[in-house]
Amino acid sequence: MPINETDISALLLTLQVASLTTVLLLVLGTPLAWWLVRTASPWKGVVNTLVALPLVLPPTVLGFYLLIFLGPLGPLGKLTTALGLGTLPFTFAGVVVASVLYSLPFVVQPLQTAFAAIGERPLEVAATLRAGPLDTFFSVVLPLARHGFMTAAVLGFAHTVGEFGVVLMIGGNIPGKTRVVSVEIYNHVEAMEYAQAHGLAACLLAFSFVVLLLLYGLKPKQH
Amino acid sequence: MQHIRLEVKRADFVLNVDLDLPGQGISALFGHSGSGKTTCLRAIAGLERSAKGFVEVNGEIWQDDSRGLFLPTHRRALGYVFQEASLFPHLSVQGNLLYGLKRSGVNAEAIRFEQAVEWLAIGPLLQRRPEHLSGGERQRVAIARALLAKPRLLLFDEPLAALDLKRKADILPYLERLHDHLDIPMLYVSHSPDEVARLADHLVLLSDGKVVAVGPLQETLARIDLPAGFADDAGVVLDTVIGAHDDDYALSRLDFVGGAIYVSRQPQALGHRLRCRIHARDVSLNLDKMTHSSILNILEAKVIAIADTENPTNVLVRLDASGTPLLARITRRSCANLKLAPGMMLWAQIKAVALFS
Repeated sequence: MPINETDISALLLTLQVASLTTVLLLVLGTPLAWWLVRTASPWKGVVNTLVALPLVLPPTVLGFYLLIFLGPLGPLGKLTTALGLGTLPFTFAGVVVASVLYSLPFVVQPLQTAFAAIGERPLEVAATLRAGPLDTFFSVVLPLARHGFMTAAVLGFAHTVGEFGVVLMIGGNIPGKTRVVSVEIYNHVEAMEYAQAHGLAACLLAFSFVVLLLLYGLKPKQH
Repeated sequence: MQHIRLEVKRADFVLNVDLDLPGQGISALFGHSGSGKTTCLRAIAGLERSAKGFVEVNGEIWQDDSRGLFLPTHRRALGYVFQEASLFPHLSVQGNLLYGLKRSGVNAEAIRFEQAVEWLAIGPLLQRRPEHLSGGERQRVAIARALLAKPRLLLFDEPLAALDLKRKADILPYLERLHDHLDIPMLYVSHSPDEVARLADHLVLLSDGKVVAVGPLQETLARIDLPAGFADDAGVVLDTVIGAHDDDYALSRLDFVGGAIYVSRQPQALGHRLRCRIHARDVSLNLDKMTHSSILNILEAKVIAIADTENPTNVLVRLDASGTPLLARITRRSCANLKLAPGMMLWAQIKAVALFS
């Protein structure tokens, strides 16, 4: 299978975007999921809906709005420009920001399920054993939700690797900066380079299969 | 002393208690399901955020809503044993025990650890995972874990309710051992009259979220003015000492204030303390001393008071047997036939004695 240098660079870029996105999602998604499970706030329904939106929206819609908001005339674009960061569309950072939003439900929802499954009792037990809320979170919630974290990380990573529409809208097609594997496959097909498209497509197929196999294989046995 | 004044208001239920409890020994919170005993315990622990009032345990104030003081549960020096052992599944038995110990910030940890492990006989279990323990073993570990958090107050929420009879019987001696060794107060929630009669020093009866009776166990159990629902299980508790063994007839004599009763031969030595319970339904009354009776235990007693029960067939008679209170449940008809009245002397025949060894 012929894989050329730009293909390799697309593969590496994809891994970078997906890794960084997964780390960011775990850091941001954990408190968000915890809040969603614990809160009695009237905003809960709205926030849940916002988190789930990327599941149903065409990626082009998400990408389009991001392009508007983050662009030079958008509110966030004006802010980033004012802060001296420039605008995010058509940059690596822009692709990562878009990926975080795009893959948000794939991380937050498994975490929510895992947190909810723990129930109230272990938290109460920890409190009666002198553990404060933060202590309880790290000593009881994290270990009890570890399978949820594994699922969230794997799904977040895999889903980011598989994104296409959002990247094309917000990132464009810039080699080494925003040209990820899915875009590169599209380029090959456009150029009628089916052999090369095959190579990368097979890579993604094999990767996704292995990741999901690991995920289902590692699932704890149900008692 | 513990001063507890708490109010919890829910749509379908109001708990309103005002309790002064002794600073040591076991106080039982007894009541039927829905009486609010568990809610009361959770409120004392700070687990019911809607509970308003005042909680003071041996000089330490945990809650005083008049001053806006509410210590969260993890800042209250308590131990809590839940109905289900609720061990942390991700930790070994030892990990569970150390969890509270490490956070209680007290020295001499090694000694306390060894002692708790010995009291509850869980040494062989330390390296095991909770899922590989029996229900009784789990509950023993949970009790040790609560103990190691260096509590000023130990709270038990029906710790035996989830266990079968055999396992209950296995755990009770451990609780009695704690009772003998610990100088901190314990609050024990239960709906089992036998557990209460066996373990408690002090009794709080709860009904519909309110305290209906409170006081030392013997006195409170001997009351005949308790609300309907408690009279069915009426009976007194005697704290006795083994006074003699009669090996010819395989009997032991148990001495108590104002009398003695015979029971089947007990294995313990003379002088051993035994608590026993005499149900009101197992006591019958005679105006004459029955010298030709097969009943072994007949005590002379004075009628103190007579009260109706919720069952119109029966009445409850409170007796004084030379200083020890007794209750007898007899039919209203017998009461009329014997013309029972306060002050009368008569003979109480005890048909059965429940022993807690």
